[in-house]
Amino acid sequence: MDFLTLLQILDSTLRLATPLLLACLAGLFSERSGIFDIGLEGKMLIAAFFSAAIAATTGSVWIGLMAGISASVVLALLHGLASITFRGDQLISGVAINFLAAGLTVLISEDWFQQGGRTPQLSGAARFNPITLPLTDTIGAIPVIGPIYTEVLSGHTILVYLALLAVPLTWYVLFRTRFGLRLRAVGENPGAVDTAGVSVTRLRYTAVIIAGILCGLAGAYLSTGFSAGFVKEMSAGRGFIALAALIFAKWRPWQALGATLLFGLLDALGTRYQNIDILGVNLPVQFMQALPYILTVIILAGFVGKAIPPRAGGEPYVKER
Amino acid sequence: MAMQTTEGRPDAAALSTEPAIELVGISKAFGPVQANKDISIRVMPGTIHGIIGENGAGKSTLMSILYGFYKADAGEVLIRGQKTEIPNSQAAISAGIGMVFQHFKLVENFTVLENVVLGAESGARLTPSLAKARKLLVELAREYELNVNPDALIEDIGVGMQQRVEILKALYRQAEILILDEPTGVLTPAEADHLFRILKGLKEQGKTIILITHKLREIMEVTDTVSVMRRGEMTATVKTAETSPEHLAELMVGRKVLLRVDKKPATPGKTVLEVENLSVTDIDGVQRLKDVCLNVRAGEILGVAGVAGNGQSELLAALGGITAGTGHVRLNGEEIDLTGRFSDGQSRRARGISHVPEDRQRLGLIMDFMAWENTAFGYHHDPAYQKSRLLMDNDAIRADTAKKMERFDVRPPDPRLKAKSFSGGNQQKLVLAREIERNPDLLLVGQPTRGVDIGAIEFIHQQIVALRDQGKAILLVSVELDEILSLSDRIAVMFDGQIMGERLPAQTDEKELGMMMAGMLKGG
Repeated sequence: MDFLTLLQILDSTLRLATPLLLACLAGLFSERSGIFDIGLEGKMLIAAFFSAAIAATTGSVWIGLMAGISASVVLALLHGLASITFRGDQLISGVAINFLAAGLTVLISEDWFQQGGRTPQLSGAARFNPITLPLTDTIGAIPVIGPIYTEVLSGHTILVYLALLAVPLTWYVLFRTRFGLRLRAVGENPGAVDTAGVSVTRLRYTAVIIAGILCGLAGAYLSTGFSAGFVKEMSAGRGFIALAALIFAKWRPWQALGATLLFGLLDALGTRYQNIDILGVNLPVQFMQALPYILTVIILAGFVGKAIPPRAGGEPYVKER
Repeated sequence: MAMQTTEGRPDAAALSTEPAIELVGISKAFGPVQANKDISIRVMPGTIHGIIGENGAGKSTLMSILYGFYKADAGEVLIRGQKTEIPNSQAAISAGIGMVFQHFKLVENFTVLENVVLGAESGARLTPSLAKARKLLVELAREYELNVNPDALIEDIGVGMQQRVEILKALYRQAEILILDEPTGVLTPAEADHLFRILKGLKEQGKTIILITHKLREIMEVTDTVSVMRRGEMTATVKTAETSPEHLAELMVGRKVLLRVDKKPATPGKTVLEVENLSVTDIDGVQRLKDVCLNVRAGEILGVAGVAGNGQSELLAALGGITAGTGHVRLNGEEIDLTGRFSDGQSRRARGISHVPEDRQRLGLIMDFMAWENTAFGYHHDPAYQKSRLLMDNDAIRADTAKKMERFDVRPPDPRLKAKSFSGGNQQKLVLAREIERNPDLLLVGQPTRGVDIGAIEFIHQQIVALRDQGKAILLVSVELDEILSLSDRIAVMFDGQIMGERLPAQTDEKELGMMMAGMLKGG
């Protein structure tokens, strides 16, 4: 493997890791507050559709982004309503959201665009275009670091940088603010938060809405940054991989970055090396494509160690003494 | 004392005429159950006011109303003479009420400091809040003898320490009225004494303290005034100095109760249970029992004392066949299998070991099953319960259950009632009836009166003594020292998975046992 190939792989790693990272941070906020969220997938999907559809209709990717985020937040609120207000089962609510999104996106897009569940191809201002970071010429001249800067770091859409920026931001919010302290507490022992005079319901709704916004960004990135339009089922299990990454990261933001980059790398390798000969055996394309998912299972089964989820996770809060 | 207050603080005279907190005609019903009925109470500032009553008497409901968890159906709350609405905890905190719950409301993986600050932060950024709290915490700790390490994680500190954190939380929020709900349930006698010293210190600083408990001794020891609750009503409020434990017990139960267990001296026979170097290692690899040796003779009650979590549960579980262990256990001289195929509750029962588990709601009963179904458990192979090789004779089980319920005074005596519909005491009687009526050689019994009313405690104690007098061996595990001291013929004290020593009840006292329970005294 030469240096250029390596750079290309790293470049696509970053692109593939972005939606995972955003969704993973979404899950982090939600689950840290004690609300399990397996509906990341559905929220991403619906955001992907609405961003692309509205961007295609209005010609503005920004309006599309807002629409995508709104759609995701609506589903997030539905999850909140089911699991916080009505104290329902969070897993079932999440599953329902995934089904709802999968069905709704195809139904609406077929009715709207009649293109077999797709939206029209996006171009120009209707999608996020790559940004060239400043000083590429100057820094690009430096050996080794230069090409990494220009080939890997530069040339992504704004959402990629936003996702990377969200990591330190999440860390700061979680560990250095009042809101973060309360958020972590409510996921561990909502009783402690309640008796301290803080509303458990409001905190959890806030967390769920933040998760909705981040999933909205992830979905919008898929259809308007990573691709140029919506295709049905385009989230392709990324919401679940993000959940796996979240467990792998043990619900911590920097580790979430590491975990999603790892899954992004696996995905990039699978896409790049479609056919590999190992010891005379030709591995089929399908195997390489399945590799990230297989490795997800292996990593989660063997390498995570003891991942302790937030202690009050998955349980609706009922006042009691 | 009164002289001192008037001299020391000019406003004390004015304060002392007005109650710190007054409840007027509080009523609260849950469906058909009237949890609180027209309750009125006046708590004077700078006093410790005890509220005593049996389980289900409505103490906790009353306190929940005060802390904004429930809304009263009728009545009002006056704080320092002002009518105050308490719709939520935030309002209670603002009104100067601090609550120390029976089950602590702490975030286990947070530090002490973070727990104290939670909900009372001084700004959106955490760092300055924590710095400010740290300073205040040091001052409070010095002032009230409440020393804790602000940077320790809650899960790493003991329950006594955790309780201090709860008190600090309340003080940090500038509580003037401190309510403690069953505060000594998890403490060693020494820790309880420390707590009482803290409470007395708080009282001297002018704080008002409401102490909810079912332990008469605590009421007599620290309170100035005591209110008694029975079946949702406040039956009496008396000056502690002018009452006696016997009188309070009578007020609580509504009839005369025997507080001491009435029993003849034991006449121990041959050794029934021999335990030799019994060790248990749990699933995380932590050794919970370390080379425990003990024996129990026929016609004798061996009481195992200790603070919860020092291996007593594991001892019962290993002897009862619930967990595996290593070492030797002999029943009537015959080896008992500790790890193999025949190490389970079923085969233990077949050998004549009955087990009344510590946690009756988890291990003793299936709460959603009816009384007769629960009575069959563990003895479902009894030929008398079978109709044929395949079918059980449910009518026979029901009839048998009805008989047992009558003999053990389980109320209501209806075999078709679900286990969860009975009160704690009656659930316990149901389990005892099932196990004792099988005429075991050895009865393992854990926390027989946890969550049980005084009236039922008396009955349960009588049954255990009666079984002893029939020449059976009894291994009693309890965290209640009073119970251990009054029931046992011999006492073994456990600490950190080991037996610290044995004592005879007549030759020891709470102080010595307490030191052994804390691991500070070994021997015998």
